[in-house]
Amino acid sequence: MTAKNNDRNISELRLYVHYVSLHLRSVMQYKASFWMTVVGQFLVTFNMFLGVYFLFDRFGSVEGFTYQEVLLCFSLMLTEYSLGECIARGFDSFDSMVRQGEFDRVLTRPRSDILQVLGSKIELTRVGRLLQAGVMFVYGVTRSGVTWNAWRVITVLLMLLGGTALFCGIFLLFASICFYTLEGLEFMNILTDGAREYGKYPVSIYGRRMMQFCTFVIPYALVQYYPLLVLLGRTDRNWYGLLPLGGLLFLLPCGALWKLGVRHYQSAGS
Amino acid sequence: MKKATRFYKYIAFFRLRFVMGLQYRTAALAGVATQFAWGFMEISMFLAFERAAPDAFPMTFGQLASYEWLQQAFLAFFMAWLMEGELFDTITSGSVAYELCRPIGLYEMWFTRSLAKRLSAGLLRCLPILVVAALLPDPWKLHAPMSPVTLLCFIVTMIMGLLVTVALCMIIYMLTFFTISPKGMRMIFAFAAEFFQGAVIPLPFFPAPMQRVMEYLPFAAMQNVPMRVYSGQLAGVELFRAAGLQVFWLAALTGIGKALCAKAMQKMTVQGG
Repeated sequence: MTAKNNDRNISELRLYVHYVSLHLRSVMQYKASFWMTVVGQFLVTFNMFLGVYFLFDRFGSVEGFTYQEVLLCFSLMLTEYSLGECIARGFDSFDSMVRQGEFDRVLTRPRSDILQVLGSKIELTRVGRLLQAGVMFVYGVTRSGVTWNAWRVITVLLMLLGGTALFCGIFLLFASICFYTLEGLEFMNILTDGAREYGKYPVSIYGRRMMQFCTFVIPYALVQYYPLLVLLGRTDRNWYGLLPLGGLLFLLPCGALWKLGVRHYQSAGS
Repeated sequence: MKKATRFYKYIAFFRLRFVMGLQYRTAALAGVATQFAWGFMEISMFLAFERAAPDAFPMTFGQLASYEWLQQAFLAFFMAWLMEGELFDTITSGSVAYELCRPIGLYEMWFTRSLAKRLSAGLLRCLPILVVAALLPDPWKLHAPMSPVTLLCFIVTMIMGLLVTVALCMIIYMLTFFTISPKGMRMIFAFAAEFFQGAVIPLPFFPAPMQRVMEYLPFAAMQNVPMRVYSGQLAGVELFRAAGLQVFWLAALTGIGKALCAKAMQKMTVQGG
């Protein structure tokens, strides 16, 4: 029984890898356009960076965080967002899939529906952002004087994992709502684009209410603020480093909502 | 008389496009909700920086809050990446030939079209944002303009800023005639325009020498001038200088745009098919 399950998991993984290679080959047919988009992504994020740079140039620090520390936070959030978007972009445009009846076809195939929707769109142009996040991360890490130990390395990895999962969860949430509304709700992108834009600073700067929201409703703070304190040695509570796992837990209610949506799904009939 | 009928064509075209833009009301409502959230986050962020070093804040906090709300309310007027994909497609696909058959100037027609689009999108969104923002409690509040004269100056510089924005975008459309893929040019333009017009952070937050240079660029004539006129940061001589620069840039940019348009019309060959 378990052996059979295992087989299935492996073949699902192989299918996903196949999807990735398909998308890679398709974007590489239009290389110039691909690199152009990469550069565009880079420029948009570079503007965000310039905003941070000049505000610190004037004010020096924010809520006790230095420029380098904020860059560390910014780069981690940006990486998590970019990875999440890269993976879960299919959910972001799920409304058109429902409207055009594409989802009917997904349901007829003997494979996981989530996997197929994920595979419908894999956004590889996000490397522009990832590259920039990498540079900021290296700079932030070397200049903010983080003394590394095994626990802190694990914390960073958990942050990346939990944060990526959190953003995937939010995209999944969007898609689940589409079953009922049949169209994307634009204001929902406050939760994704807004988080990318304002997650560059530790959540604590936005005040107590925002902290509560980001801890208990959409757990951004669990993947960002609390583990950051561990990295910077600002807290004795090393278990804060485990909190990013909350991002993975966030997938559970989102997945349940998705299942509910699939059950509710009525074909558009086209 | 002949001049008047010529002008009338553009007014009719403007009305057509304007009314069309007003149809997208649900989208506007969703936009309003989004812009509220962004305004809130932006202001909370500046509040945190102000707590860190109150003396370094280059304006009063009320002025900053007003700037942010106006920016959100009139986003569609000044947003650099809000361009019409349809026009780019017309140029690259060659169907621009049909446009040229019409007895009106291409530059003028597209200018009118972009203006109508921005104006309708902006006007649909601005009112709910302005009203609610004015009712908020203190650090968040959109303040009333200091005097009717300030309000008048704000409206005039705002219209000028909108015209400069459209004139700048027109140059990008016209340059598309000379390249096959406008994508890269568009992105660099959007990046520069957002940064230099004070959409990322308002110009007074930049270091003083840098700000002095930025004030003279055409981008500063976009949202930077009206938003700062509103809260009384630009008044007297400075106001006149800023408004003068707006007039200068509008004239220069439309001049360049029209020259490019004429040049493009000369060298353009449309393949049949």
